[in-house]
Amino acid sequence: MSPVLEMANVSKSYGHGENLVHALRGADLVVQAGELVAIMGPSGSGKSTMLTIAGTLEVATSGSVVIDGVAVDALGPNDRARLRRRTIGYVFQDFNLLPGLTAAENVALPLELDGTRSRVAAATANAVLTELGLHERAGRFPDELSGGERQRVAVARAIVGERRLLLADEPTGALDSTNGEGVLRLLRAACRRGVAGVIVTHDAQLASWADRVVFLRDGRVLDRSAAPPGPESLLAPAPGQ
Amino acid sequence: MTVRHALLALLSEGPKYGLQLAQEFEAGSGDMWPLNTGQVYTTLQRLERDDLVVADDDEAQTSYNITDHGRRELDTWLHTPPDMNGPPRDELVMKVLVAVRIPGVDAVALVQSYRRHVIESMQQYTRLKEHAAEDDIGLLLVADSELFRLEAVARWLDAADARIARLTDRGSVVPTSSRPRPRKRAGARR
Repeated sequence: MSPVLEMANVSKSYGHGENLVHALRGADLVVQAGELVAIMGPSGSGKSTMLTIAGTLEVATSGSVVIDGVAVDALGPNDRARLRRRTIGYVFQDFNLLPGLTAAENVALPLELDGTRSRVAAATANAVLTELGLHERAGRFPDELSGGERQRVAVARAIVGERRLLLADEPTGALDSTNGEGVLRLLRAACRRGVAGVIVTHDAQLASWADRVVFLRDGRVLDRSAAPPGPESLLAPAPGQ
Repeated sequence: MTVRHALLALLSEGPKYGLQLAQEFEAGSGDMWPLNTGQVYTTLQRLERDDLVVADDDEAQTSYNITDHGRRELDTWLHTPPDMNGPPRDELVMKVLVAVRIPGVDAVALVQSYRRHVIESMQQYTRLKEHAAEDDIGLLLVADSELFRLEAVARWLDAADARIARLTDRGSVVPTSSRPRPRKRAGARR
């Protein structure tokens, strides 16, 4: 495994003087290829800020962010946008699919924006939708899909192409437990194929799908879960046997 | 889950041997609830004493049949909602209550260590569910049940954390009671 995301001593402040707010204070996070990490913490702990900095949507006030071997701080706005389009996929709580595009067109869009020819982008999008069991829904518009299907399309859009880093902000918040579990299984499967995943959540069930859980408080990494032992440890022998 | 009623449920499908009942009980819970054969035979003896099952010793192995009384007992148990209103005492709650009262104990850090432990347990159950066959209904239902129970614990810890943090911000970690306190005796020395 190799690190896809390396955040070292990252701080982020907003405002000045009396209005100065420290959202992150020297936070560290390393996520390897093939690994899913959850960030948990109460409101205002800095978890969403950590995700937006990891996604290059915001720039850290200090510290270093390296994505797939590229130091983000050294990039200009255009190169940062290119890195974002090619390497990073996002999944949001409210899906963020474009209503006027079909499922396949939504998935193909990031590739086309990055200069891939339409026909190639469409074929790639259809291949991902097939992989996620959504090939029969490829021609449907978002309002013709259930909530679970919309989020699975959003996952397809986030992993299409050669994305290396998958970032998800409360990705199951709008779904029931069955559909939420379906989306988590997809995220886990994407990570097993070599993507590095980061989920931000306050939901313990969602976080339990991660390989590791990082706990934030007041902009600092407070604690981390240990790698869990295998599930066979739960299958205890019968008493007296 | 009472072993007594689980055995009646298995016997409602037809006569069975003790060992067979132990195996079917474990398989039905996805092997999450182990049960030794000694416990099965003790329970069967009590069920027989209460006329809920009858033993058939005609064959080489003793098999057990559910009686009409046993079927009625099973039906009543199944249709009676379980008692969810136990006394609000719980080791975890007690520990946090004690932690906020003892000077020098960092209750917030303690709550976080409990939270990490709960999340790590949940990760194990989620792995179990992730690797289970889709038709292993016993295992999936038991894993879901444990996950929802642990999630409730995690949410209580979040709420406890927020309450303790608010007290800490006010400079008072040890909770003060709003109930009237006994007055000091007149003339008592300070």
